[in-house]
Amino acid sequence: MSFSDYLVLFGGMGLVTYLPRSLPLLYLAHKRMPQWLIDWLGLIPVAILSALLAPSLFTDAATRSLAFGKLELLVAVPTLIFALKTRSLGGTVLVGMLLYWLGGMV
Amino acid sequence: MNDTSKLIWRRGAAAAWPICLGYFPIGLALGVLAQKAGLPWWAVAMMSVMVFAGSAQFICVAMIAAGATTPAIILTTFVVNLRHVLMSSALAVYLKGVNRKFLALYAYGVTDESFAVNLTRFREGQWDRWRALIVNHVANSVWILATVCGALAGQFVPRGALGIDYALTGMFICLLVFQLQGGIYIITGLLAAAFSILWYLLIPGDSYIVGASMSAASIGYLLKRLYRRDR
Repeated sequence: MSFSDYLVLFGGMGLVTYLPRSLPLLYLAHKRMPQWLIDWLGLIPVAILSALLAPSLFTDAATRSLAFGKLELLVAVPTLIFALKTRSLGGTVLVGMLLYWLGGMV
Repeated sequence: MNDTSKLIWRRGAAAAWPICLGYFPIGLALGVLAQKAGLPWWAVAMMSVMVFAGSAQFICVAMIAAGATTPAIILTTFVVNLRHVLMSSALAVYLKGVNRKFLALYAYGVTDESFAVNLTRFREGQWDRWRALIVNHVANSVWILATVCGALAGQFVPRGALGIDYALTGMFICLLVFQLQGGIYIITGLLAAAFSILWYLLIPGDSYIVGASMSAASIGYLLKRLYRRDR
C-alpha cells in the first residue's frame, strides 16, 4: 500500500471514529436522544465484543468450521476468570498472553 | 506554569497512569502485528494519530492482513466505534455549556478507557474538564509511542513470542467483562456469541460482526422492554 492508500484508509477510519465521539458531545447539550435509542446503544458494546470474540474462540478460520479444542478457547477460560476477579485491563492482557505463550510450548 | 496548572497536570497524569500501563503492552502488540502484516512504522504512527481507537486498529490490521477492501475496513471501524456515541452522550452531562472548541478537541480522545476513568472521576466530583483532557492526551501520547515502538522493534520479535498474538483476545475478554453490568447484558452477549458463530459459519465475508451485534442488541432491547412491562 502506498502513502495515499494509507491516507485514504486512515482518513476514512479517523472520520468514522471521530464523528460518533464528537457529534453527541457537541449537540447533546441542546437535544436529547430518544430513550429507546439510548437503551439499544447500551447493549451494543457487549454485543460487538461478544461477536468479535466468539468466532475466534469457537471456529477454525482456515476451514471456517466449528472447533472446540482450540488453545485460544482453553486460554480464554482462565483469562476470563482473571478479568472477572481483578477487573484489570493491563493485567488481563498480560495473563492471557502469558498463558497463550506457555500453552503454545506444551 | 503556576501552581494551579501544575497541580492540574499532576492530577490528570496520575489518573491516566493505569490507562498507560494497560496501553503500553497493547500498543506494542498492535505495532508488532502491524509490522508483521506489512505496515511500515510511519503508517502505524499515522494510524495511531488519525484513528485513536485500539480495538478498531487491531481489526484494521487483521483485515489488511486478510486482504480486506478499504470500504469494508472503514465500515467495520464505524460499527465498532459506534459505542462511543453512548459514551460521548454520558460525558456530555458533565461538560454542559463548555465551548465547542474544547469539546471538539476532547472528543478526539474519548476511548473506552479514558471514558471509564473520567466518567468515574466526574461522578465522584473533584474533577474538571482540563484534568479529563490531560487524561485523554497522556493516554494518546503513550498509545502513539507504544504502537510505533512495536512497529520498529517488531522485526526482532519472533513469531508467537510472549503470546503477543493473544493480546487482542485478552483485551476483548476484559472489555467484555466490563460490559457485563446485569442479566440483560449477559443474555445479549450470549446471543451475540451464538449469532456471530452461526453467521460466520453460514455467510462468507465479515458481515457477522455488524449483523450479529445489531441483531443481538435488538433482541436484548425487546426482552428488556417485555420484562419491564411484565413487572
